[in-house]
Amino acid sequence: MNVENIYATFPELFLASCALMLLLFGVKRGNDATLFTGLIAVVVCLAAGVLLIKLPSFVEPGQAQLGVSALCHGCKAFGGMFINDAFAQFVKVLLLLASAIAIMLSWGYMERHGLERPEYPALILFATLGMMLMVSANDLLALYMGLELQSLALYVLASFRRDHVRSSEAGLKYFVLGSLSSGMLLYGISLLYGYTGSTGFEALAHVLAGEPPIGVVLGLVFVCAAMAFKVSAVPFHMWTPDVYEGAPTPVTAFFAAGPKLAALALFVRVLLQPLAGLEHQWVQVVVFMAVASMLLGSFAGLAQSNIKRLMAYSSIANVGYALVGMAVANEAGVQALLVYLSIYLVNTLGVFGVILCLRREGVMAEKIADLAGLSKSHPLLAVAMGIFMFSLAGVPPLAGFFGKYFVFLAAVQAGMLPLAIIGVLTSCVAAYYYLRIIKVMYFDDATEAAVDPVPEFSLRIVTGGAALLMLLFVFMPTPVIDSALAAAHSLMPQG
Amino acid sequence: MLASLIFYLFATVLVASAVMVVTARNPVHAVLFLILCFFNASGLFVLMGAEFLAFILMIVYVGAVAVLFLFVVMLLNIDFKSMRQGLRRQLPLGLGVGALLLVELAVMALHWSSDSQAFSALSTVEMVNQATNVDSTRALGRLLYTDYFYPFQVAGLILLVAMIGAIVLTLRDRKRVKRQNAAEQMDRRPEDVVEIRKVKSGEGAL
Amino acid sequence: MSSELLREYLPILLFIGIATFVALASVGISFVLAKQKPDSAKVSAYECGFEAFGDARARFDVRFYLVAILFIIFDLEVAFLFPWAMALGDIGAAGYWSMVLFLGVLGVGFVYEWKKGALEWE
Repeated sequence: MNVENIYATFPELFLASCALMLLLFGVKRGNDATLFTGLIAVVVCLAAGVLLIKLPSFVEPGQAQLGVSALCHGCKAFGGMFINDAFAQFVKVLLLLASAIAIMLSWGYMERHGLERPEYPALILFATLGMMLMVSANDLLALYMGLELQSLALYVLASFRRDHVRSSEAGLKYFVLGSLSSGMLLYGISLLYGYTGSTGFEALAHVLAGEPPIGVVLGLVFVCAAMAFKVSAVPFHMWTPDVYEGAPTPVTAFFAAGPKLAALALFVRVLLQPLAGLEHQWVQVVVFMAVASMLLGSFAGLAQSNIKRLMAYSSIANVGYALVGMAVANEAGVQALLVYLSIYLVNTLGVFGVILCLRREGVMAEKIADLAGLSKSHPLLAVAMGIFMFSLAGVPPLAGFFGKYFVFLAAVQAGMLPLAIIGVLTSCVAAYYYLRIIKVMYFDDATEAAVDPVPEFSLRIVTGGAALLMLLFVFMPTPVIDSALAAAHSLMPQG
Repeated sequence: MLASLIFYLFATVLVASAVMVVTARNPVHAVLFLILCFFNASGLFVLMGAEFLAFILMIVYVGAVAVLFLFVVMLLNIDFKSMRQGLRRQLPLGLGVGALLLVELAVMALHWSSDSQAFSALSTVEMVNQATNVDSTRALGRLLYTDYFYPFQVAGLILLVAMIGAIVLTLRDRKRVKRQNAAEQMDRRPEDVVEIRKVKSGEGAL
Repeated sequence: MSSELLREYLPILLFIGIATFVALASVGISFVLAKQKPDSAKVSAYECGFEAFGDARARFDVRFYLVAILFIIFDLEVAFLFPWAMALGDIGAAGYWSMVLFLGVLGVGFVYEWKKGALEWE
């Protein structure tokens, strides 16, 4: 067994053992202790995040900045199958944050729908572990195993409300299409392996430096298609609206944040490290997906009346913007993508926090029209939602503007002006449906009874915190931008 | 000579039964044809010297997955006749996708033989068996638990999540079920649960 | 395809051949030799003297599915044990503990399903 540099896997080992213990604890205490198990899970996520940030100090005591150099040996474990460079670290901290918030968002919802089961936090932890393994994958096999661990937990979470027909349908659809994409991924992986004789990322990058044989290109196409499924980029997006609408709302919040980020990070790593030599082949694919996702996400969102479906189309459009950063395929592009995604993550979790607050006589209010009159009944909630919507639309002082700015700037600097122009135009279109929500909240009169008061403390913390972050990002953007730069730097081949 | 004869026997039955899986009217028959498929595929694996894979195919696919398929077919009680209605309409699409995959395979097969460098880099199962002088099962065992420690452990976690998922989604508490708890039974003492009351004559229950 | 490999499997091949032959023969001979005069009473299904009612394929309880899934999972786990057992001499303590860890993770799953009552029928 190769236990060299096992330190690099400490956060994952910690999370895995905590998830196992939590499962046993949860089943012993029964459904009554769900709040408590959820609390433990949140603490575990945060502790793993702290461990991750502190990791460099005990992995390479001499060299404080872990993974800054791609030659870093301390960050690879298990014979090079696992890598914990600055890029992985950056993404994983965000993932753990998203998971902790997803558990916090679930408390009141699960209680009211009779879903308080200790498996929920345990499954979220396993999904998080899978996502962390995806982000750290440095081998096609490791990539597949992480992806499956994550997906399997997510399929179950999507149909967690099993007596509700929409939730079961969401889980089933997600499962069928997800396994189809896993099959495509495996087909692509087997082609890559067949033509290069290796699954390790370094070896692949080495072999694929020259003119690729046709089989490798086909393998690349299959891998790209499968990854597009996972990040829900057009034309492989069709599962997204149904799954987002059908899944329990806290789970939808989780889907929109964590798995999307993890899959995009994995996509970036696969394209920029092992398949870097094939850039000419995959750039066209990524550009196509970016343009199609931006267009479809913006235009199809106009017709939606359900807010969860609207967020699904919004997420498709946002994946399109992130893919612009990927298409640029240089350090600035990856940095822009990471900044964009971290802002989007907080923003979307905040929006779902507001959606979870909307209840009328105990039933979740999911129509956009249900927001009417919110500014009068719940002014603070309406302000928070307004901030989120302005930020998603990309209105200047808010955080969402900076995400879009960095992405388009990277595209323009790399000479991809048309891509940036399409991006700006589609975000103008998308701004329509974001601003429509604000209009409904502030200028439409409530037709029905006001929504119930905001009950849970955890929801208030999440929504308020996210709104503050969106508002105050302009004053202290440097920590995010700098660590994103370090992360992007660690991903690039060192000259 | 005999070897290729056996190969063609297995391969023909495999393809024929695969066609039957899709065309059989009765879903239960389709599952049985699927089992026949698995048997023949495992025969092909044996011919290639990959005995462990053949054996896994038998144990896991024939022994468990096919049984699960049968259960699901029985469970769902689907009216398969009505599901077949759209077949004629969707046939061109299905055939198109199939043809596309076939063309891709053909293209790759053509390039494969010409690409001798890649071919020589790879070793077939048989070559590995001869080179290491051990059978494929043992060769797998040498690698799987040490060099591939990491994917192996993640596979364990995936199985665990599958277990949790199956229970979360299908297990229902049955309220009226009385479970036997041996420890509780042993703990019971007459003085805890039996109460003796002196009932005066004429004041008992009416 | 080496002929040596084939020689090793010759007994199994012969076995399969003979089994097929016997099975076909016993059905075929009775089909050819026996007198067959079917009528509606003879070919109808026999169910303890009365007419068969209902479909033979009754709908299954979902609990069968759970049992089958749990069976598959442990089946896969056992499948991992075979190469391990064969190679244990070569892989040393590291390989041994690797499997123990794997079994430990699934052991947690086993405890979980036991406590949940997934292994009980009624």
